[in-house]
Amino acid sequence: MVKLTEGRGKELFRKYGVPVPSGTVVSTAPDAEQAVRSGKVPLPCVVKAQVLAGGRGKGGAVRFATTPEEARAAAAAILGATFQGETVREVLLEEKATIVRELYVSFALDRGARLPVLMVSARGGVEVESVGDVDIDRQPVEPFPGLAAFQRRRAARVLGLSGALGADLDRLLGNLYRLFDREDAELVEVNPLAVVGEHLLALDAKVIIEDDASFRHPEYAAIHDDRTELEEIAREKEIAFVQLDGNIGVIANGAGLTMATLDVLKEFGGAPGVFLDLGGTDDPQKVTEAFLLMAKAKPHAVFLNIFGGVTRCDTVAKGLVAALGTVPASERFPLVARIRGNNEAEGIAILRAAGVASVPDLRESAQLVVAAAKGAA
Amino acid sequence: MTVLVDADTKVVVQGITGHQGTVHARGMREFGTKVVAGVTPGKGGGNVDGVPVFDAVRDAVAATGANAACLFVPAPYAKDGLLEAVDAGVKLCVLVTEHIPFHDMLVMYHYARSKGVRIIGPNCPGVASPGKAKVGIIPNVVFRPGRVGVVSRSGTLTYEIVNGIKEHGLGQSTCIGLGGDPVVGTSFVDALPLFERDPETDLLVLVGEIGGTAEEEAAEMIRTQFSKPVVAYIAGRSAPPGKRMGHAGAIISRGRGTAASKVEALERAGARVARFPYEVSEIVAELAAKAGRR
Repeated sequence: MVKLTEGRGKELFRKYGVPVPSGTVVSTAPDAEQAVRSGKVPLPCVVKAQVLAGGRGKGGAVRFATTPEEARAAAAAILGATFQGETVREVLLEEKATIVRELYVSFALDRGARLPVLMVSARGGVEVESVGDVDIDRQPVEPFPGLAAFQRRRAARVLGLSGALGADLDRLLGNLYRLFDREDAELVEVNPLAVVGEHLLALDAKVIIEDDASFRHPEYAAIHDDRTELEEIAREKEIAFVQLDGNIGVIANGAGLTMATLDVLKEFGGAPGVFLDLGGTDDPQKVTEAFLLMAKAKPHAVFLNIFGGVTRCDTVAKGLVAALGTVPASERFPLVARIRGNNEAEGIAILRAAGVASVPDLRESAQLVVAAAKGAA
Repeated sequence: MTVLVDADTKVVVQGITGHQGTVHARGMREFGTKVVAGVTPGKGGGNVDGVPVFDAVRDAVAATGANAACLFVPAPYAKDGLLEAVDAGVKLCVLVTEHIPFHDMLVMYHYARSKGVRIIGPNCPGVASPGKAKVGIIPNVVFRPGRVGVVSRSGTLTYEIVNGIKEHGLGQSTCIGLGGDPVVGTSFVDALPLFERDPETDLLVLVGEIGGTAEEEAAEMIRTQFSKPVVAYIAGRSAPPGKRMGHAGAIISRGRGTAASKVEALERAGARVARFPYEVSEIVAELAAKAGRR
């Protein structure tokens, strides 16, 4: 999933006709001052850190300015600072709005109903998790015929908007749904959606784009949010790779088996440090790359737990043996293998020839790798 | 028909000329499945291992009477491939393809449902009834005919658990791998009634994962509408808190979706919940021994 910063989200809002305050994104303090001087950003203005973490207001990541100099100072104070582990590289400057009311609007997926759901609440401007169920109105949206006019009218009634504001909401919801649908979003959230004078303005934008749609949205491929460097390399090679706090590396295939493997290791006192899901592959080269990537994470021991389906055991064994040949002796680590399923006998024979035993029992193999990691620590 | 597939199931493999399509069409035939046709647009008239290839699903159905489709179509084209299969009149579509955008899946699901067509998947291993037929990619080696039903959101973990059942000297009636994507054609609550009605299933194994609320919904159905013993396993008890959930996602699930919530709901519904994959077949064997049948 690709989380967009507020600034990028608001660019999309503009493109789809969802009203946002006048503003711009800059990455240096002098540019912030210039944006105000040139009139691009009217005063008084807000200066907001472009990080994905929530609670920016409380963390000092949102400041106000009434002069170009103040805008520069606010930007200088925020740029380069760190909020919840994220370094600020950009700030959004925009006109400060005089808020009459704060509302909440979002489109998300309801997995159970297998439908997008429109959620609105008159209690915007606070964390939506803290709003009670009775204060949130939900309407499922059928893909055919899409968001209907009666649903937009209902949302307006729930939010207490009529006249010009009701018409504004009607347009805004239609445009927001179009964005959700066409941009392959998992979530589009406006909190707060503010009543400013006689109009609605999206004062914040939270947009999450689905990874699987990258084939028709290459523009999001370059955005990476909270991945580590190794996670980024893995992503390019289409290997699911997540770094945790422990010292055991786990290579498995399939999300369920990978998670089950972590559960078993924990049970026996192990601490998984990296998990790597090979997914389905019958390319030994991909296995080799995965293994070398694992080596870079410097685990104390590695557990290879494969159940061969699409990924055949002999493919994994070949890839693993090739990788072992290229890891220098100084970077070796204890390896426990368990390979079962399609072409199991062939895979085990290839491993045995390279001096690696396969331990078929999951309990036994897990205990071996936990002991090996402790021995290496 | 027992659960979804039987000896009358005739499969058209969409994407049969691709590597995966060819390999798994062969695997299905080795399982005893009637693979009657393949479809790859532009490659009609040829054959793969003797299976005739057509340009369109409609042509394949007209010529062979295919009533189930197995899709190995790449994600960008999967939606069209599935709509084509539904339009051609097949009644079951097993969607093996992974990485299908959920927005596409929403359209596919609601269209198929309006035409009375069942989708299994996407990103799923499919369905198999040992001794009858298999539509999908579950390795043949894990199966043995028997009376244990299996329904799972996982892929390889399903193989692991099904294989464990076999290693305990028991067998399976039907195994369905639903796929773990956010939007699936068939969920636990869709599959449970099929096993409840199936005279060949004595006991059901349910394999879930953290995330979503499908297991909680299944637990509610098990409590009120399912009479057979259930052995469950939830993968991911030790996984770090999910990164996937956005704020709106958190409101929809309202604290549900964690392993603890799923385990508790299933136990309250009377299911035996295994803590580890190997415990599943141990509990199944224990229950089968108590019931005095194998």
